[in-house]
Amino acid sequence: MPRLGDRVLKVRSKNAGPFWITVDVFCGSTEVFEQVRHELRTEAVAVLFQQPSQLMKRFDIGDLNVIKFSFPRPVVQGARTDRDMHGAQWAVLLAEFPVGH
Amino acid sequence: MSTRVLVPTGALGITFDRGALARGVAARPDIIAVDGGSTDSGPFSLGSGTSKYSRAATKSEWRDLMRARGEAGVPLVIGSSGTCGTDATVDWMFEITRELAAELGQRLKVARLYSSQPAARVAKALADGRITPLSPAPEISPEALGAMSNIVALAGAEQVQAALATGAEIVIAGRTTDTAIISALPLARGEHPGAAWHGAKVGECGALCTTNPTGGVILLEFDRQGFTVEPLVENTCCTPHSVSAHMLYENSDPFILYEPGGHLDVTCARYQALDARRVRVTGSKWVPDRYTVKLEGAILAGYQTSILAVLRDPHYVAHVQKWADELHAYLAYQIVQRMGLHAELYSLEFRLIGINAALGAMENRRGEPVEVGILGLITAQTAETAEEIGKLINPYVLHYPLTKDEELPTFAFPYSPAQSERGPVYEFALNHVMELDHPMQAFRLDLSEVGHA
Repeated sequence: MPRLGDRVLKVRSKNAGPFWITVDVFCGSTEVFEQVRHELRTEAVAVLFQQPSQLMKRFDIGDLNVIKFSFPRPVVQGARTDRDMHGAQWAVLLAEFPVGH
Repeated sequence: MSTRVLVPTGALGITFDRGALARGVAARPDIIAVDGGSTDSGPFSLGSGTSKYSRAATKSEWRDLMRARGEAGVPLVIGSSGTCGTDATVDWMFEITRELAAELGQRLKVARLYSSQPAARVAKALADGRITPLSPAPEISPEALGAMSNIVALAGAEQVQAALATGAEIVIAGRTTDTAIISALPLARGEHPGAAWHGAKVGECGALCTTNPTGGVILLEFDRQGFTVEPLVENTCCTPHSVSAHMLYENSDPFILYEPGGHLDVTCARYQALDARRVRVTGSKWVPDRYTVKLEGAILAGYQTSILAVLRDPHYVAHVQKWADELHAYLAYQIVQRMGLHAELYSLEFRLIGINAALGAMENRRGEPVEVGILGLITAQTAETAEEIGKLINPYVLHYPLTKDEELPTFAFPYSPAQSERGPVYEFALNHVMELDHPMQAFRLDLSEVGHA
């Protein structure tokens, strides 16, 4: 199965303040956006990031061909057990996630 | 009429294009606005009340901006001075400004806007029911507030306007929202409020809204209907996509942005390319609400010592998780035996670099690394205890064997000593808003003259 990162332009993640992480999937075209938005289930992304799915916010933004996920950080930025101060490596998990056929 | 805001860079201290700055000055801006801070690097800056960027880098860039201000003859504003925007870092920035005024032969009126909050003020607001937690928020109490090393409130446009209204040529602001330093003047001059906040959000990271994010320097022009954004670095463009996509950046909701006194809604914003470089935005909406300011606080979480070793022996690399788990249990026992220190009084964590150091339990890939770095993080209530634990565990991190009957292994220490003191560590402890009767209730202004007559 192809990985999401191989099908879209870019997957990036970043803190949105110290208490949230936001992940943006730039699909690059309307065609890919329409495919990916149906294939990428919010529940599966929640499992990948080990989040309760009811805490996942999702925005499918057709004007930008972007799918955005935001969720509270399980560990507050910079707390003793935080492993990634900027939350930017989280995107790799989603980029490597198999999606489609 | 319109209001032009020149934004030299997304953050003072990470450099900008000097040629583009000169083009910006030639474009006759009404104000130069630069952000000096962020929580992006973690809680240490706020916890310690110090700047993340070097004094030398800050001073050399501020020198160029003070010169540009002199040429343009307009106010220069910095928000969130010294990364965290505490009173101490405002004064640090003021000291740099005073030195530069003398060196440049400028005589200037400088306003300082202070954002630090005494714990007692916040505790009073808490008791009065005027503190509201955002989601998710740490639990707070008067005791927890009193234990925080620094609390700041994020000033909005009104406090920056009050500083500008003093007639100051330079405004050194403590913590502000990233957008307030840009929106303040357009709002004061009656430009479209939705456009003022939206343009400010688009511009707050400098050239991140362009096709060349490292380019720095943009010009925002606000009017009664909308705003126009234009990059000033050569071979750099703003496109409807690059501008609208910036609302995604570091923002959990790409359509809504909360600010003191209301929120920005860009759901109906329209983005139009004026030419190959400039984008015009209309249709953004400002929705007024009660006047609240966001609070940030940091609390001491202990003192840290770290230790680093590298395992290259393939047998150890293959079994590194088992090795680390057994070593951890053995060390916990040794720390009780030799120091009388029980597990609740300190923490020791091993991160396996090459296995899952960045993602921890979320990591789902298994590889065959050539070597594995062992990063040990020791946190204790005093620096002495953390350092003592570091020294105690040092020989075991170097020699701990997987089996009892083998010759003692010796791993690679990259330097001597293998343990390093990291000093105090902090945690963010507030994600709340505080309601105010009027914008200046929690902020204070100080006006002075610096430099030669």
